[in-house]
Amino acid sequence: MFFQEPTPDTSSYMIAGYVVAFIVMGLYVASLYLRNRNLNRDMAMLEEMDKPVVKMELKQPKKKPAKPQTKSVTKRGRKKRP
Amino acid sequence: MRPKPMTLKILDVISILVLGIAAYLALVVAPTELVMGDVQRVFYFHVGTAWTALLGFIFSAVLSVIYLVTKDLKWDRIQVAAIEVSLVFFFITIVLGSIWARPAWNTWWTWDPRLTTATITELIYIAYFMLRQGIDDPDRRARFGAVYALLGGISAPITFFAIRLFRTIHPVVIGGSNVNAEGGFSMTADMLGVFFFALFAFTVIFIDLFWNRIRLGDLQEQVEQLKLKVAG
Repeated sequence: MFFQEPTPDTSSYMIAGYVVAFIVMGLYVASLYLRNRNLNRDMAMLEEMDKPVVKMELKQPKKKPAKPQTKSVTKRGRKKRP
Repeated sequence: MRPKPMTLKILDVISILVLGIAAYLALVVAPTELVMGDVQRVFYFHVGTAWTALLGFIFSAVLSVIYLVTKDLKWDRIQVAAIEVSLVFFFITIVLGSIWARPAWNTWWTWDPRLTTATITELIYIAYFMLRQGIDDPDRRARFGAVYALLGGISAPITFFAIRLFRTIHPVVIGGSNVNAEGGFSMTADMLGVFFFALFAFTVIFIDLFWNRIRLGDLQEQVEQLKLKVAG
């Protein structure tokens, strides 16, 4: 009992191990999330492109019968009477 | 875009919880090993990730057979998911083992049979993704991948049994003792409880990540199909 060596302090290795494990798992989860997000964006864009193109026919407004042009008489154009 | 199933959402939450509990048990509840000190606590995550990764590699070999029989690309996507998650877990195993080895063996790395077979396994599956990247035709890629993963699957049991078949310094903590092992130890009841909980936790986390990765593969497939439709 008296000759037993003291337990070595290896806590720094333990911390390093757990930090590495959590970082690697975190990076993998982040990569899954990012790939999923990018694919969803691609999907949305492709679905938009795949939509059938609706031809917008612009209806021409019916031409109204032309009114006989009359000279507009404005106050300015009116000659002052002497 | 398919919404995430409720079961998967619940599994996501459970995975985070069990990971937190496993870390708490390993860091706080488990007793300190007298010879190695605190570094022995990485053992719980080391074995937990190794267990799930090796099972994942073997499972991917089974999926290879299913794909080769059915020729359904769905099985190829599931196989890719299994291998990717296993690769990440096995990387954690190797790094944790190396960190543990520094104070226990006085070196970061040695070409011991277990470490060598583990490295070969990891490299085999990295090469699997490189092989797939080089093939454009989906059917051909899946066929080559399946055959490769089937052969690669042999490396997983070899890695597992390496410490039982060869003369090695890697400890055999479960199911035997190794007189050559440097850093071997016997587990107390508390340690065993934490150890089995860690195995359970990493199994749950693996299933959760695996499911999420399968969904990602399905989405990728949908995008590819849509791209072809738009281009055509």
